[in-house]
Amino acid sequence: MKLLTCKETTRLVSQGLDRELEFGERVALRVHFAICLGCRRAGRQMAFLRRAVRALSEPRQQGS
Amino acid sequence: MASQDDFRRQVEALRPYLMRFASLQLRDAAAAEDAVQEALVAALAGESSFAGRANLRTWLTGILKHKIVDAIRRQSREPVLAPGADDEGVEFEELFTERGHWDERPAGWGDPDGALEQQQFWRALEMCLERLPERTARVFMMREHMGFATGEICKELGVTPTHCWVLLYRARMTLRECLQQTWFGKQ
Repeated sequence: MKLLTCKETTRLVSQGLDRELEFGERVALRVHFAICLGCRRAGRQMAFLRRAVRALSEPRQQGS
Repeated sequence: MASQDDFRRQVEALRPYLMRFASLQLRDAAAAEDAVQEALVAALAGESSFAGRANLRTWLTGILKHKIVDAIRRQSREPVLAPGADDEGVEFEELFTERGHWDERPAGWGDPDGALEQQQFWRALEMCLERLPERTARVFMMREHMGFATGEICKELGVTPTHCWVLLYRARMTLRECLQQTWFGKQ
């Protein structure tokens, strides 16, 4: 199995938010995550961005 | 009829929310105003189709999304959005070493969801969104704010899925950096 670079990993993490990753891609991600704190953080941060942007127009944020 | 007036009032009360929703996507106050107006007219004309549904806001947002897509179609014909407008983009060379590893490892954001409770965080996020190039922002907001599938977005904008993924990747990486600099790095 080909090992991913961080650049390839971030690209794949992003695509994972937009399409179903193949089995091999998911395995490669997991292997890379196991050794790379930076990519784990970047992945969590991209998922957070999704939550934040989805909530962007929610009225609750305009109040208090 | 009183109930009809009630319905109209409830719909009107949601106008500010709808304006905000449309403005975030269209980045053009006049176009957003038009889309909301069209949606409200359609909603008031189609009151009967709302009958029995639980959530008025969800129903109205659904109608508005169609009107926004119409507006995007109109905007897409304008030269500003000609393919290639923001294609010569950053490939984040500065973030990664030649071998593709982080030049500087991303900092942790702790428990970022706490930021969602803070008024200033939303301003920081909106500022970061405004800095995105037009096409990148359009695709990203269609995906993450309006919740369209990537396939639908590609079809609407006439771009390949691969290109869509590239634009979404750029948007996420750029926003991540921007929020790091303007928000999380300062907390």
